[in-house]
Amino acid sequence: MKSAAKISPAKRAPDFQDGSALRIPSLQILNQDGSVIAGATVPDLSRDQAIKIYSDMLYTRMLDERMQGAQRQGRLSFYLTCTGEEAAVAGTIAAFQAQDMVMAQYREQLALRYRGFTTAQFMNQLFSNVEDLGKGRMMPVHYGSRELNIMTISSPLATQIPQAAGYAYGQKLKGKDACTLCYFGEGAASEGDFHAGLNMAAVLNSPVVFVVRNNGYAISTPCSEQFAGDGIAPRGLGYGIKTIRVDGNDILAVYAASVEARRIATQEQRPVLIETMTYRLGAHSTSDDPSGYRSKQEEQTWRDKDPIQRMKSWLIAQRWWNEALDSDLQKSYRTEILAELKLAEQRDKPPLRDMITDVYKTVPSHLLEQFEQLEAHIAKYPDRYSA
Amino acid sequence: MTKATVPEIGNPPKSSKMNLLQAVNNGLDIAMATDQRVICLGEDIGQFGGVFRATSNLQKKYGRERCFNTPLTEQGIAGFAIGLAAQGSVPVAEIQFADYIFPAFDQIVNEAAKFRYRSGDEFNCGGLTIRTPYGGGIDGGLYHSQSPEAYFCHTPGLKVVIPSNAYQAKGLLLSAIRDPDPVIFFEPKAIYRASVGQVPEGDYEIPLGVAEVVQQGTDITLLGWGAQMVQIIKAAELAAAEGISCEVIDLRSLLPWDRDCVAQSVTKTGRLLISHEAPRTGGYAGEISASIQEHCFLSLEAPINRVTGLDTPFPLIQEKHYLPDHLKIFEAIVATCNY
Repeated sequence: MKSAAKISPAKRAPDFQDGSALRIPSLQILNQDGSVIAGATVPDLSRDQAIKIYSDMLYTRMLDERMQGAQRQGRLSFYLTCTGEEAAVAGTIAAFQAQDMVMAQYREQLALRYRGFTTAQFMNQLFSNVEDLGKGRMMPVHYGSRELNIMTISSPLATQIPQAAGYAYGQKLKGKDACTLCYFGEGAASEGDFHAGLNMAAVLNSPVVFVVRNNGYAISTPCSEQFAGDGIAPRGLGYGIKTIRVDGNDILAVYAASVEARRIATQEQRPVLIETMTYRLGAHSTSDDPSGYRSKQEEQTWRDKDPIQRMKSWLIAQRWWNEALDSDLQKSYRTEILAELKLAEQRDKPPLRDMITDVYKTVPSHLLEQFEQLEAHIAKYPDRYSA
Repeated sequence: MTKATVPEIGNPPKSSKMNLLQAVNNGLDIAMATDQRVICLGEDIGQFGGVFRATSNLQKKYGRERCFNTPLTEQGIAGFAIGLAAQGSVPVAEIQFADYIFPAFDQIVNEAAKFRYRSGDEFNCGGLTIRTPYGGGIDGGLYHSQSPEAYFCHTPGLKVVIPSNAYQAKGLLLSAIRDPDPVIFFEPKAIYRASVGQVPEGDYEIPLGVAEVVQQGTDITLLGWGAQMVQIIKAAELAAAEGISCEVIDLRSLLPWDRDCVAQSVTKTGRLLISHEAPRTGGYAGEISASIQEHCFLSLEAPINRVTGLDTPFPLIQEKHYLPDHLKIFEAIVATCNY
């Protein structure tokens, strides 16, 4: 039986530790101008995959801009952008395999896009129509797809963290070459579920990769009011988890760290924590206005570190991309998004009976009875309840 | 609605004497033997076999991977088990005492209960069962005595089950584990060892959502679940000596509950008494009362009576006074019949 802590060097006088001895460095490979930092190792990334990653980052930026606009026009009740954090999501998801489960928070629409979630599928969810896989039950941006191994988003923060530890344990028991990729923000890391989930994953050796997007804000609360320590990474070490911090706006750094993280998770059968240092360039959601809690100047510093621009510069330097291709792609995405938006808006809403299905595997009699009463009432006042 | 729950086997099934705890252990053993996907997890449940020994020998028999200790984190246990279930395992998570289930409340109420619904059935955690010992009677004071069933009965998407004897414990547990929806399985720890009966050694299930008429009667219906059935049956005997004929119903499943069975009985007897250990206000007896008066209003000869714990935290030294025992129930029977 191992004692609680590893044998520590003895001291002869009270000497408290404050963590300052431990400075967790951040992996960076690309300069903002797209050049490779001297001495940095560029990960093995094919032209096709690099362009796929970049295209999905660009698509997400276009989608977010358009849907935020649609919300402002009153066509949509709510929206939430990934703006500024595209590399943190793209660089992680791209390093994983289709059989790996993704359990995300709510700002990782790029992961869905990368796995093949279509524009129509995004729109159907956002407009709660009859084609929505979630049957119109959840607020906009709560996507999910069994086919793509992306767990449906839940609003409560951090609940997916212990679930990911359990999901990954199940994958391990089945002996699969698969792991779980779990996203959350630095704010969610204050929840009890974060601590419960990381500790359980470490103790039970779950093949799960935790990705914390440290984007500076939880709604209006800045990091300085979220934690007193050095970010989230030291907590991983505290739980005995292999941990890395990366520049979250550097696609190559995020990707390189993620490739290795997946290898550790699946081959060593243990959890990994990646802290991506980034910035939420947009508001928390369409219900938020950041002008009340942060300066334009601060936002501009981070706009200058735009992850999409950085990757584009690198691609152009590789001679894999140019401005003409870029503007053509933007145009085609805009056209597609707008067309699908219009179609989704016009699709029927899900049938009323969907209200009582899936509470249980089969609808229980008391619920059928309640539904019959509701139907009778609606029949009496059809105008009041028409869509 | 009530049906016989005797297993349908040609020859009388081989049975042996077990207490409620042994029946739970035996049920878990059969569940793990018959389905590789079944996994037991919780605090101290591994080699030690749990603080009540409900999981004795399971780790030895099925290995550490399928029966293991967890760190001391109820929200972690619930979340981990939900993830396991979503992945396709059939987790049976133990929360050491129902009093300590509240750190897991969010995972149970916001996650497990809504998993299928919110995803449009893309995902579910229906394989999940959470077992937890509940109730008073062991000098446990505030935090080893609570009956929190009503909180969970207020949550669509969960099933809530409470056995009252060894035979039920095994059959209901096997049903709960194999049920396609998440189930909270409360075990009456006061009678873990006191409740002893013949239990079939083989595999059998008792259907969820179906009550059991324990005793036929004509004057009043007595309704309860779990350890409270002991008090109710004793009270019915006292009442019989006074010439009052009690029909006794053991609800067994609280969500969904067998309203037809209770309504049918109350239509016949005209009176209903419900007893639970939990505090009265917001207790599950309130829901049953409301529902039965809706369905049996014209048959009722007296107001529906509730014999429950007081609206206090669960006291230690006054436990005997706090609990709704057979005498309190007996007095309430007489009062209701003389209304």
